[in-house]
Amino acid sequence: MGKTLFEKVWDAHVVAQDPGAPAVLYIDAHLVHEVTSPQAFAMLRERGLKVRRPDKTFATMDHAIPTRELEIALWPADAATQVQTLRQNCQEFGITLFDIEGDVQGIVHVVGPEMGITQPGMTIVCGDSHTSTHGAFGALAFGIGTSEVGHVLATQCLMQRKPKTFAINVEGELGYGVTAKDIILAIIAKNGAAGGVGHVFEYRGSAIRSLSMANRMTICNMSIEGGARAGMIAPDEKTFEYIKGRPYAPKGEEWERAVAYWKTLYSDEDAVFDRELTLDASQLEPMVTYGTNPGQGIPVTGRIPRPEEVEDPAERRSLLAALEYMGLKPGQKMEGQHVDIVFIGSCTNSRIEDLREAAQIVRGRKVADHVQALVVPGSKAVKAQAEAEGLDRIFTEAGFEWRGAGCSMCLAMNEDKAGPGKYVASTSNRNFQGRQGPGSRSLLMSPIMAAAAAIQGRVVDVREMMKVEV
Amino acid sequence: MEPFTTLNATAVPLRAENVDTDQIIPARYLTAVTKAGMGDGLFSWWRYLPDGSPNPDFVLNKPEHQGAQILIAGRNFGSGSSREHAVWALTEYGFRAVISPGFADIFYNNSLKNGLLPVTLPEEVVHMLWDLVEEQPDVRIRIDLPNQTVTLPDGQQYPFDIDPFRKRCLLQGLDDLGYLLAKEPEIAAYEARPRW
Ligand code: SF4
Repeated sequence: MGKTLFEKVWDAHVVAQDPGAPAVLYIDAHLVHEVTSPQAFAMLRERGLKVRRPDKTFATMDHAIPTRELEIALWPADAATQVQTLRQNCQEFGITLFDIEGDVQGIVHVVGPEMGITQPGMTIVCGDSHTSTHGAFGALAFGIGTSEVGHVLATQCLMQRKPKTFAINVEGELGYGVTAKDIILAIIAKNGAAGGVGHVFEYRGSAIRSLSMANRMTICNMSIEGGARAGMIAPDEKTFEYIKGRPYAPKGEEWERAVAYWKTLYSDEDAVFDRELTLDASQLEPMVTYGTNPGQGIPVTGRIPRPEEVEDPAERRSLLAALEYMGLKPGQKMEGQHVDIVFIGSCTNSRIEDLREAAQIVRGRKVADHVQALVVPGSKAVKAQAEAEGLDRIFTEAGFEWRGAGCSMCLAMNEDKAGPGKYVASTSNRNFQGRQGPGSRSLLMSPIMAAAAAIQGRVVDVREMMKVEV
Repeated sequence: MEPFTTLNATAVPLRAENVDTDQIIPARYLTAVTKAGMGDGLFSWWRYLPDGSPNPDFVLNKPEHQGAQILIAGRNFGSGSSREHAVWALTEYGFRAVISPGFADIFYNNSLKNGLLPVTLPEEVVHMLWDLVEEQPDVRIRIDLPNQTVTLPDGQQYPFDIDPFRKRCLLQGLDDLGYLLAKEPEIAAYEARPRW
């Protein structure tokens, strides 16, 4: 019997497997950020251990940092302490740090691929659940807790039980104005926020193959929102093209050997998945979430479910609690829903492609008077590229704020917070209660949908605005 | 890690599904560089009123549930962020076990690494436990890890599953690091293999 993509990568990384014990899995790349690492470094110090492979460990700062490009002296004390702690730890243990003072820094899941650290067939971990993003390259990439961060620092290995496999087939052509974000929101709406627990997704099918690397990253990014720890996409020419020439990519003869190996990374014809789900891309519409978990999403033309339409009592309770928090009504349409804030950013949708698409909608228009709108590029490189293309001007002339790279209002650890009760049209990945600020109400959507919401001051079907454009 | 064998304790019924780690410990408590103090931030959106005083309506603040060591929650507990801070918050507050119809993977793993026992029971049983604990807040629930059972005072018993390896680690209070460090020869041999 053939192997799935996941199984090929898994099998290539098992260092040891004692009977009855989880596998000892080798980790090729370990990404570190300021928030989930300090306690792990403290553990190393306590036990007198070193970082086994500083050459496979890369750090950056993204979660807590301000995006207004203030002097560090003006930062909130705790964010400054975390950043200083990371600097000290990286220096002491010999780890490469993409510091906010350099020109590489950004959201860890944007920086890894940009630097060519992320490569097919690798195992990649980070103390962050959206490490699943890197699966877009055919890597097995997943988030870990801080104890595990310590284990990887000390031994470059993790103890893991082998997860199950789940094929998600997306076939057909996407309609106009329908994006990768809508694919993943539709998958989660269909399969549930816990539907992938214990599994690794593999996204396949013609719709997936047609996507750019940025779009594939958007999809894999939200695997965790569907309950899976990881999501993978088989690498192809687009993948190799993306990686080629990046700072950490293999070079010369190494490159040839790497590509030859990468070309073997796909699920064999006769491979069997534990579960399977198929979606018709041509039936998808732009999606919006109305609730407090990412599975609570509907097409923008649809209506919020009524409790009596939900059979499962736990789901019904979840729906009622969510609508109460969100201040929305059963059966209500999302189209026309008022928004206060628009956030374009996060590791889901802050790459140059995302900003280009959003700018297409914004160009020559103005943000609605009552809306605060911000664009937070995923990395300094994205920011520089966008500025070179004049995208920053398109956004600022329309009334958007143009910020420095970081997580920002995706998790509101810095000063970028939505106020209580505010509706945020957001390109991020989580609509949890309070996620974007105490009492904030997140409506997750694609970058073009968020851009359209900024202009109109309410949720609109972006396809209407695209018609005017052509 | 503190070993876990048996626990005989009172419980708190948290009637909510999909409780994500942002609810368990909001991001603003993540700015610490140590583990200390996380207990104060546990469920802080729900536990405190906007002025910072305790919300009397939240179940954790009810006088009858003080000192409880078991949390009983709805399905998909611990979804979202990988922050281990969520587990540190629960343990610092005093919880030693969480009962739920299902846990998110990373939270489940993180719990086991901190001596917090995640117990998966069928949804009907969890709903029955909610009713029971609401009616009789002082009811003591016995969680027996060696025998993998949850027992009520009337003798009703519910078995639960746990990975045998993880069970042994919990019983002995062992973490993975010792095991991994002992694999040094295998790790070195793996690293010596050609990459492609
Ligand atoms: S952008 Fe948001 S989801 Fe992504 S790493 Fe930062 S906080 Fe996490």
